[in-house]
Amino acid sequence: MQFSTIEELVQLAEAQGQAIADIMIEEEALATGVPKEKIISKMFQHLDTMEKAVQRGLTEEIRSRSGLTGGDARKLEGYLRQGSTLSGQRVLQAVSRAIATNEVNAAMGTIVATPTAGASGVIPGCLFGLAGELGVDRDVMVRFLFTSGAIGYVIANRSFISGAAGGCQAEVGSASAMAAGAIVEMAGGTPRQSAHAVAIALKNTLGLVCDPVAGLVEVPCVMRNAMGASNAIVSADLALAGIESIIPADEVIGAMYRVGQAMPGTLKETALGGLAATPTGERHRQRLFGSSHERAEEKGGIQDE
Amino acid sequence: MKYRSVFDIIGPVMIGPSSSHTAGAARIGRMARRLFGRVPHKAQIEFCGSFAKTYQGHGTDVAIVGGLMGFDTHDPRIKDALKISEDIGLAISITTVDLPEEHPNTAWIRLEDEAGAMRVKGISVGGGKIAMLEADEFQMNLSGDAWTAFVFHKDQFGLIASVASVLADRRINIARMEMSRKAKGQEALLIIETDEEISASAGSQIAGIADVAHVRILPPL
Repeated sequence: MQFSTIEELVQLAEAQGQAIADIMIEEEALATGVPKEKIISKMFQHLDTMEKAVQRGLTEEIRSRSGLTGGDARKLEGYLRQGSTLSGQRVLQAVSRAIATNEVNAAMGTIVATPTAGASGVIPGCLFGLAGELGVDRDVMVRFLFTSGAIGYVIANRSFISGAAGGCQAEVGSASAMAAGAIVEMAGGTPRQSAHAVAIALKNTLGLVCDPVAGLVEVPCVMRNAMGASNAIVSADLALAGIESIIPADEVIGAMYRVGQAMPGTLKETALGGLAATPTGERHRQRLFGSSHERAEEKGGIQDE
Repeated sequence: MKYRSVFDIIGPVMIGPSSSHTAGAARIGRMARRLFGRVPHKAQIEFCGSFAKTYQGHGTDVAIVGGLMGFDTHDPRIKDALKISEDIGLAISITTVDLPEEHPNTAWIRLEDEAGAMRVKGISVGGGKIAMLEADEFQMNLSGDAWTAFVFHKDQFGLIASVASVLADRRINIARMEMSRKAKGQEALLIIETDEEISASAGSQIAGIADVAHVRILPPL
């Protein structure tokens, strides 16, 4: 790829007078040798898979095997239809679709990792929550995925996208930043504004730990996806209002990497700290998996840190 | 660059709940099976780090076993992989080990049938991407994302040049290459990842080179 930073991505787009989505499609074709039409049609398939997951989460009785998650997307849809909300239609539609996708994921349904499965609700949530409102067609929706992919490509190569490596900031944080930049483009903003939205969204999730209860991608992951979607929309609005991030996106990505490096192992998807280690979190773990000798040893390990 | 395509970021399509612990595990299992080259009768799986701590919750166990049976990340049979493995007579054992120096998502897999056994090591690096780091005591760093030729040979000068010229004649571009050997003049493994498909005929031409013991060609995962 001809870009490895957000700044290079923005400059490429500005120099060629194109959107970030066009740059991504162009660069993908150059880097892989696959014709553009094939690349675009593969993304259309991903869009269809995402839509099915959203629909399942909104219409079916989804319940994970553990019983910890499921049904909240429908609950929120019902609340939304009743009319009076605080956050408003657009934000909550995105949030309910983010929850829907992540509930399907937790129930071992089929989803598209964006960039990971744990964070798979944020991008389709924002996309399907806003597309109807903004009156965009399927082509524009696919372009949204290329734009978010370009941003994620930079983050993944310069920092990390997995909770085990960098905490939840690397998962939901990255997804939220990817969505924020893509929303700006879908709403008619400039590539520079997309970069500010990326920076703002990622700043807001810096330091977020990965602490899944019982080691399951359910609590708090589903609600973190809800937060990631709303953070993305608000960050996009801020950027569209002309607000600029003092710290540029690439430096925020660098900061995320260093924060992740400094994070203790107990807070990186080991289910040994944070919410996983609360009395209630621990009770759920015992209910689901029982207690074992190995666990007792691990607890000794936490106290040592 | 660890991630080379937009579809590494928007993708893969997969059965939840975790791209590193479910999809990545399925891909490690699938790659292990391909490296072994046959249907194993027995698989001993050892999980380290985050894999060890959370494998039950993430379905890492069913995913890796599904992968060993050749299932892709989006194959709904993954959910029932342990049951299916029982039905087809693939014996599975799963243990955890504490090796803090290893990558947080590491799996060791020992595969076995009457003809032999092979031990492989794979790590899941995030978003469904993996790296195979060891197979049969050969060190490697294999993503499984490209066409790959495994050239088993006796460590000898000129070997790389001979193999490269077969590929060059067929206009197959080498993207990455690595060499691993057990000792000087001993068994060695040349791994070549290419941009283009490596045909079976290219494989057999390479196999005909002096000192080459055998060649395996694998398509992208």
